Amino acid sequence: MSATTIAPGPVKDAAVALALGRRRRRADRIVRALCLGATLLGLAFLASILLTLTWRGFEAMSLRVFTMVTAPPGSEGGLLNAIVGSLIQALMGTAIGTPIGMLVGTYLAEYARGSKLGNAVRFVSDILLSAPSILIGLFVYQLMVLPFGGFSGWAGVAALAIIVIPIVVRTTEDMLQLIPNTLREAVIGLGAPKWRMIVLVCWRAAMSGIITGVLLAVARVAGETAPLLFTSLGNNAWSTDLSKPMSSLPVTIYSFAGSPFEDWIALAWAGALLITLGVLGLNILARSLLRSRI
Amino acid sequence: MSQTSEVTKPAGTTGFGGLQARSGAALNTVVRVAIRNLDFFYADNRALKAINLDLPDRQVTGMIGPSGCGKSTLLRVLNRMYSLYPGQRAEGEVMMDGRNVIAPDMDLNELRAKVGMVFQKPTPFPMTIRENIAFGVRLHERLPKNRMDERIEWALTRAAIWGEVKDRLDTSAMGLSGGQQQRLCIARTIAVRPEVILFDEPTSALDPISTLKIEELIDELKRDFTIAIVTHNMQQAARCADQVGFFYLGELVEVAPAAQLFTAPREKRTQEYITGRFG
Repeated sequence: MSATTIAPGPVKDAAVALALGRRRRRADRIVRALCLGATLLGLAFLASILLTLTWRGFEAMSLRVFTMVTAPPGSEGGLLNAIVGSLIQALMGTAIGTPIGMLVGTYLAEYARGSKLGNAVRFVSDILLSAPSILIGLFVYQLMVLPFGGFSGWAGVAALAIIVIPIVVRTTEDMLQLIPNTLREAVIGLGAPKWRMIVLVCWRAAMSGIITGVLLAVARVAGETAPLLFTSLGNNAWSTDLSKPMSSLPVTIYSFAGSPFEDWIALAWAGALLITLGVLGLNILARSLLRSRI
Repeated sequence: MSQTSEVTKPAGTTGFGGLQARSGAALNTVVRVAIRNLDFFYADNRALKAINLDLPDRQVTGMIGPSGCGKSTLLRVLNRMYSLYPGQRAEGEVMMDGRNVIAPDMDLNELRAKVGMVFQKPTPFPMTIRENIAFGVRLHERLPKNRMDERIEWALTRAAIWGEVKDRLDTSAMGLSGGQQQRLCIARTIAVRPEVILFDEPTSALDPISTLKIEELIDELKRDFTIAIVTHNMQQAARCADQVGFFYLGELVEVAPAAQLFTAPREKRTQEYITGRFG
């Protein structure tokens, strides 16, 4: 063992250091308690919502929810038309909104970086992203319901597509912007025209992120009520005809839950649980996709 | 390994910083690219000042100098990469195959097929190894499947990576190591069969073993291609290059055969730089 001498540190006032330390610990405890309290409060609300929903939803769940269409109160009925209507409208809306959103997002990220028009488009798209969905419903009502003399599934699809577009625009642009410029230069450096660079390399590199955004958009529109109230209205009979009014889960929940009939209210809970599970599933899928790319 | 033996040859080529350069075989007098009075501007900032430089056919031109001296900028002029960015412009002449590369009517895709580039960081495309190589070829040629397979094998072999990837051509290129990715990028570049290959600090993100492999590869590739390499590493320039240009503040201070530049530079600034007095 060789002798080590430990050099003394600079001299400090022990009393001051102690007081400062005590104050620091006290502040730390207060901030930590506030954060923890806020978290617990939030979690408590969430848990109570989910527990009530699961409880009442499962209570009302039965095979006929999936096999029978909505029926007048007191008679046996299910949610089949609402489930199918929701699937049709959400998927069609996404199918229409996604390509438009992807192209706009691509324009913003690849062609309009820093340009005035690009900034304006981005601004408008962001406003649309946070616009109250009832406004979109009213807009489509003016545009597609009034002129054609009636509510229709197509109008519902259009309203949902308008909600999908800005979500896909944002994720597409964000994901494309994550791609390093050196990758773009590498493609260009081989003599590729810009559109090939975008379609064959950039989109491919950003694909899992874009799909994540699309899934989240599906989850979002699957739960939208307001834009459908003015457009596809709802339909108590079985219908897959998009030119007629079409049923959907959120609108059915809205009208059933507000009714005085016990069996309708129970079906509303079942529908709410279905939507929640669907959205949860989509979110989990989206997250796992996003993680797998890193 | 011929590279290494040549470098360690005791033939009196020790330079100022203890640098050893390849003993100066005479430069090829056939010129592939002739740069005349080249100025380059980032908006109003003049980044290259009246550059005159010849790239001798099928030889390696090294470009050294401190950061921001304009050497990478010069590379990006040679394949017009700067044209991607508004506000950047070049003036002067870069003659290749009888045409001025920086003329506005130059077909950029055709130019870039003739002037390939390898970047500092490996840039594999998010697709399989086979598709990575085929991508560039398909831009410029229509080949039947068997000829495409031949081309892919040829390019990967020339890039000294065929043995490592031949059993996994249809797996993602993202799964390769950094050094392998960089050789894949070299293969992708030569698969297009360019005349000139630009290397922009190709080994600065790689480990020493991978660096050695790339340097050997460059020595091998110059049999077929004219090469320009930007490097921060003077040993690398000394090992790889036939002629070396020293850049400082946007000027080409001196260009000479590697052995001469590292042993008997004409300019005082060159001497100071290679002995580590600034930069």
